Amino acid sequence: MTSRLQCRWSPYVFVAPFVLVFCVFTLYPLLQSVRLSTMQTFGPRSETFVGARNFQYLLGDPLFWKAVRNTCVFAAGSLFVQLPCSLGLAMLLNRPNLRGRAIFRLIFFAPSLVGLVFVAIIAALVFEKHTGLLNVALHDAVGFDIDFPWLDRYVMPAIILAALWVYVGFNMVYFLAALQNVSRDLVEAAMIDGASKWEQFKNVTIPAIRPVASFIVLMSLIGSFQLFELPYVLLNNGGGPDNQGLTIVMYLYQTGFQTGDLGYASAIGWVLAIALAAMAFVHRRLSRNEEAEAA
Amino acid sequence: MNTVEATHTTARVTDVEPNANPLATQLSPLPVPPMLGPKRPRLGMRRRNAIGTAIVYAVLIVAAALTLVPFAYLICSAFKLNADFFGSIFLPKGDGFLGIAWNKLTTSHFGRLFEQLAFGRNLVNSLFLASVTSVGATLCCAAGGYALAKQQFRGRGLVLAMVLGSLIVPGALLIAPSYDLLFHLRLLDSYTGLILPAIAPAFGVFLFRQAAMSGVPNALIEAARIDGCGEFRIFFGIVLPMLKPMVGAFLLITYLGAWNNFIGPQIVLQSESRFPLSVAVAQLKGTYGQDYGLLMAGTLVSILPVLALFLMLQRDFIAGLTSGAVKG
Repeated sequence: MTSRLQCRWSPYVFVAPFVLVFCVFTLYPLLQSVRLSTMQTFGPRSETFVGARNFQYLLGDPLFWKAVRNTCVFAAGSLFVQLPCSLGLAMLLNRPNLRGRAIFRLIFFAPSLVGLVFVAIIAALVFEKHTGLLNVALHDAVGFDIDFPWLDRYVMPAIILAALWVYVGFNMVYFLAALQNVSRDLVEAAMIDGASKWEQFKNVTIPAIRPVASFIVLMSLIGSFQLFELPYVLLNNGGGPDNQGLTIVMYLYQTGFQTGDLGYASAIGWVLAIALAAMAFVHRRLSRNEEAEAA
Repeated sequence: MNTVEATHTTARVTDVEPNANPLATQLSPLPVPPMLGPKRPRLGMRRRNAIGTAIVYAVLIVAAALTLVPFAYLICSAFKLNADFFGSIFLPKGDGFLGIAWNKLTTSHFGRLFEQLAFGRNLVNSLFLASVTSVGATLCCAAGGYALAKQQFRGRGLVLAMVLGSLIVPGALLIAPSYDLLFHLRLLDSYTGLILPAIAPAFGVFLFRQAAMSGVPNALIEAARIDGCGEFRIFFGIVLPMLKPMVGAFLLITYLGAWNNFIGPQIVLQSESRFPLSVAVAQLKGTYGQDYGLLMAGTLVSILPVLALFLMLQRDFIAGLTSGAVKG
């Protein structure tokens, strides 16, 4: 229904900033990255055409595959350690008549406000061997090995723990919102029908929060695969001992800005983008299947 | 609008008379046998509930303490002398009140940061970048979102496609070509080169579109048009005020994002005097890696402003964050 009173050109003024920024800083770089991925560059000033060689080299690049392995380990940690903790906390906070819910929520959410750079600096001290906060505290409490070499040999677990601290509260807030939106009528109907607490959870709560949980899982996956700042600053601008902390985006950054080969970096970027698109596609398929089954 | 604050109280079962089964009257015309109605809690059930509640509180308190420990560690470390640093986890032990050597605490690290290392400059840079980016992004996204939601124009579908397409593109893919572009536009080492690409993020347009669609009634806008209001006056005078929760939340989200942004300034900026706190602190780690007190003091200065801001505006923030994910 077009309003005849609406000024003809004002919408264009309203969307102009976005459209301009999109075309210049999203669309154009996107197209450029396709072109760049076929080039080898020496900084931004010079480039030579190499065709598909970047991708060929990438497939056989051991550093790249190391990065992929590390990133997958991190993503698995996020999915199977972090998200269950978030959901668990959300369920605890969802308990009716809980006092101080707002304060708990605030406390759990606070770490996600700290920039990953700053988290990395704190983590560097926390995970230090022999004098770090974690080892000392665990040693005093349960006799944990005070020289446990987090940053020498257990780099990814340390990073997973650090990310856990940052993001548990963040995802918990989403889960909590979803839990609090579960239709009370449904829960009461189940209760009246004599369902046990577990049956209520399985047949009413879980299906009700499935869309939000699904969204969180996907966002978490996509975010995990782009991990860069945390390990980069934590490991002193590198991948750490034996590149245990090297992630895909960190490798992209190193090749693009330390070696100067923006072409190879673009190729890495595209491989990542395609992998993420595949993940999103699979995710969409899975959720559609679940919805069809539920119907 | 979903209120995350909704606290529900389950109906007290003791309020229901055992004979007047509500199911009989409301849901079914047949009398329902009493055993299927809501149960009156026996003594055992009440005790089980109390234990359950105690466990819940215990777990929550432990989890909250674990979450706060790094913050406490950070604050204490910022005021400890490097010599005392590893003598104790939190505050240095001594003869003072509560067994803490209060006299050994120092603000020398902050002094060094601001006097010798020009940290104040970095702080101002962060403040400037975050403020300009957040205000600019909020305006641009609110305008775009409103137009997509409430105005008719040719190309509306195309713009929407641009928004959705942007959401799909992973940021990492654009790092290398963006640097190339900024180099050729001569925008490297400038705030313009940092702010411009971030001034109209697609997710913002999307959020405001949702907010406008559900929060601003068409009838209101039509009435204003009939009254002769110009489109801009409608936007600034009617729509923006109605979208205040989303405006507040989005301002915070973008402020936070710009403040904590590391990879952007690291790539684009080259002069030290232009570095924001994120890059400055990362550099501190490189140069003064062993000067733990200094590092912690710098980090504390960097996170305090946003934590304070969040404390003041938290309700809007969380409501705005979750409005996109939960259907309402």
